[in-house]
Amino acid sequence: MYIIVVGGGEVGYYLAKTLLNDEHEVLIIEKDARECEIIAEQLGSVVTRGDGCEVATLDDVGTGRAGVLIAVTGDDEDNLVSCQVAKHKFNVPRTIARIKDPRNETLFRKLGVDVTISSTNLILAHIKRELPSHPLIPLLTLKGGSLEVVDVKIPPDSSVVGRRLGDLAIPAGSVICLIIDKKTGAQIPMADTVLGAEDEIVAVTSLESEAALRAALTGI
Amino acid sequence: MKVVIMGCGRVGGRLASLLDAEGHKVTILDVEPYSFRWLSATFKGTAMVGNGLDEDMLRKAGIEEADIFISTTQGDNRNVMAAQIAKHIFNVPRVVSRIYDPIREEMYHSLGIETISPTKVGTQLLKELIEG
Repeated sequence: MYIIVVGGGEVGYYLAKTLLNDEHEVLIIEKDARECEIIAEQLGSVVTRGDGCEVATLDDVGTGRAGVLIAVTGDDEDNLVSCQVAKHKFNVPRTIARIKDPRNETLFRKLGVDVTISSTNLILAHIKRELPSHPLIPLLTLKGGSLEVVDVKIPPDSSVVGRRLGDLAIPAGSVICLIIDKKTGAQIPMADTVLGAEDEIVAVTSLESEAALRAALTGI
Repeated sequence: MKVVIMGCGRVGGRLASLLDAEGHKVTILDVEPYSFRWLSATFKGTAMVGNGLDEDMLRKAGIEEADIFISTTQGDNRNVMAAQIAKHIFNVPRVVSRIYDPIREEMYHSLGIETISPTKVGTQLLKELIEG
């Protein structure tokens, strides 16, 4: 697939490298001449100098035949415009934008960007994972943003330790998908599966049911 | 009329001053307080330091009651992003954006934002002047 990456910074560079390894046709658009030289030295002729928000630049690189455009510059507004130009001028079927300010997620979706990746939220989620006070970690938002995949670690002092899954008040909007036991590994959850301290549970939940799910699984 | 302007450069500052002199209620935002030197000495509206891409900041600037939002920063992308926040998040009745790039100007115009491209207008005026 032909994939255009807008922004040749740290994220753009490693993204392109990964996509090239997967044998995609990749092109990076980068404004800065020096950055372009560095990328060309490392990855070969997969970079073009220009502004990925400009229609002329996108036209030159054949954006019309791209399967995906991924905008990963450091500026939310540039990533938004790049995706919008790709959508409206070149009918690119899938656009992905990196966002810094997590509050922009809703706006970008509303304006037609297919996928948003919030680096801030990702970092926060990973840090929270390591903190005992946050038993429910959002892993992924599913299309539309109304559902999310979450990871819940059962706290050792929780009232649910030793109880059967079927006896817990799992809210209607949530589905338990997987239980990861420290000793036995991943297993399919059954009604009579007994929960142990520090078991990890992967669930899909609606945003409204998130708090009830957390309460049901952690006893908090 | 309640007006919120983002970007206090030559154009934003002058526009804010003109509208204020005509009796409109004007709030102007800029990330750099030094930019407020472009406002006239008699400006009686509100000048706020802040980023117009920040929804909380826009709320503080009174965007929820605004009749019109105008973005006049130096960056085309900043201007259209702010304009789209005003239009789609806050449902401001009129949203106007300055976009230097004539192609992007046309695109966002077709997406429902009132746009003006000084590049296009300026070039046309200069051409007419030369040709008499």
